[in-house]
Amino acid sequence: MMEKMFEVQDPVNHDTQTLQVNIGPQHPSTHGVFRMNVVLDGETVVSLKPVMGYLHRNHEQIAENISYTASMPYTDRLDYFNSMSNNFAWALAVEKLANLDVPERAQYIRVIMAELTRLVNHVSVIGFLLNDLGAFFTPVLYAFREREKILDIFEEVSGARMMCNFLRFGGIKRDLPAGTLERIKEVIQNFPKFLDEFETLLTKNEILCMRCQNVGVLPAELAVNASITGPMLRASGVNYDVRKADKYSIYDRFDFKIPLGQTGDVYDRYYCRVLEMRESLKILQQALRDIPVTGEIISKKMAPFVKAPRNFKPPVGEAYGRVEAPKGELGFYVVSDGTPQPWRYHVRAPSLINLTILEDLCIGHKVADAIVILGSIDIVLGEVDH
Amino acid sequence: MAFSKNQSEVDEGLKGELAKKGVVVTTINQLYNWGRQSSIWPMQFGLACCAIEMIATACARYDIARFGAELFRPSPRQSDLMIVAGTVTKKMAPQVVRLYNQMAEPKYVITMGACSIAGGPFIDGYNVLRGIDRYIPIDVHLPGCPPRPEALLYGLMELQKKIQSQEIETTEWYQKGMKREYPVPDFGPHGLVPKFNPEVWQPRELDHRKDKYGEPILIGRKTKAPDLDAPLATPPVAQPPKPQTA
Repeated sequence: MMEKMFEVQDPVNHDTQTLQVNIGPQHPSTHGVFRMNVVLDGETVVSLKPVMGYLHRNHEQIAENISYTASMPYTDRLDYFNSMSNNFAWALAVEKLANLDVPERAQYIRVIMAELTRLVNHVSVIGFLLNDLGAFFTPVLYAFREREKILDIFEEVSGARMMCNFLRFGGIKRDLPAGTLERIKEVIQNFPKFLDEFETLLTKNEILCMRCQNVGVLPAELAVNASITGPMLRASGVNYDVRKADKYSIYDRFDFKIPLGQTGDVYDRYYCRVLEMRESLKILQQALRDIPVTGEIISKKMAPFVKAPRNFKPPVGEAYGRVEAPKGELGFYVVSDGTPQPWRYHVRAPSLINLTILEDLCIGHKVADAIVILGSIDIVLGEVDH
Repeated sequence: MAFSKNQSEVDEGLKGELAKKGVVVTTINQLYNWGRQSSIWPMQFGLACCAIEMIATACARYDIARFGAELFRPSPRQSDLMIVAGTVTKKMAPQVVRLYNQMAEPKYVITMGACSIAGGPFIDGYNVLRGIDRYIPIDVHLPGCPPRPEALLYGLMELQKKIQSQEIETTEWYQKGMKREYPVPDFGPHGLVPKFNPEVWQPRELDHRKDKYGEPILIGRKTKAPDLDAPLATPPVAQPPKPQTA
């Protein structure tokens, strides 16, 4: 299918040589330590081999040797932009395994935190995408200005800016401090103004349109076959969102839409993320309206384990918990053998699976477009290599 | 660590009098170091989570430009300071050492975060290097997981103090026969070869880890997989620990 769309000229028939270029591991636009082994014919990409593993931190091996609760801070460091979503997925997996219920107020707080995380992630990703396009650092300044406001809320709630470690099995670590909900409301009220400003600068920008439209087109069929998830899949026009498909936690109570793209190019991926932020704001407004004023924050079954987490032994069995993380479907598969440590612990990392499609998207494009396509896939190397 | 500050021998009162007339008296060392410390160019080089905090430090709220270190250079040839921001794995360590070798003199290194200091939370992993100071000399260690942007600014100020204490006559990079390139380790089948650079780092004679934190908790290797198809012996509910009866 890709050969028909782009005529890849056979370099043998010309008097030219192909050139092999290593992009990375130290490169400003590979989003961390990631290497692309690119073969170029002139400026056109002929083949591209991603080389990973520069940040392999033995996440799964470590998690199989420590208690279930002790894995929670390690999940923060998987995708370090959105630690709350990662905590959410791991908590859901163990709750399924141990058959725990979550109190009402804790459910709402979880959803609020997960959606705030989505705002943080998407706004930063758009900033970095523009960075790759050549608008060096100015959009990132706008993006990080808003990010800091949300990180202030995370710090107030959990004590840490990035590595929150906030969720617990069957609830959350501690209740919200007084006045936090008002501050969250304030941030949400001001966020659409920022988004409008951001869109005025970017969405109809001619340079952005020319560089992004019809670049790195991902057909829907290929996306489904490669099990791409998240905004990348929805930009190709496939209506799949774990929040709607699985309805985990309390997502069935909220009224929100799933923005879909048409062509599946870089521009659609950018615009899908902008629209998703607007939908997240809707969810946040509804959650803040409906949240119970008081209530328990951790289930009664888990209360004895708050002070003694090493005594927590789920029954023998297996479970898979998944959430719609900002990057895609993040899942944790866990097998318990009745001891305090899991027998098997596996992460379905959306960044890693979305990255597998990179070569198909880049072939036939110029090398400058390959950088933009990589930026639009939205990888975080902590999650790719885990 | 306290650094001896370069002191001018000119009387402070005389300096003040001269300054009123528009004459500045200083030493060449102070002038030289003032220029160097207020235009540190860091390398744009992120490894893991701490890199995001490094970017946040460069952005509007924390604004590392106030300290003259906002110009992040993508090339090691143009940069003065390497901020090792994140976990250094055994696959990445040779590249970090190579980048250090490529930097031009004078060069400084800040380790940002627990991982690059000593392995951090991933110290038990098989693929994580327990501190980049095994291969290259470090000027400032910056603990935290990740350190806040304020902490990075504090680390930068400490580095500026160190720069201020150096003198032209005795600096390393004007001496003959100076060598500040270190051998790049190989990523072999059983980890890095050699395990550390003895010029830079020596293993400690005493292991204080046991005294401070006690014996490590040994789980033992699990060999028997759980039988998931077997009927459940225990009810599928987590059991709280039994209350102890006195």
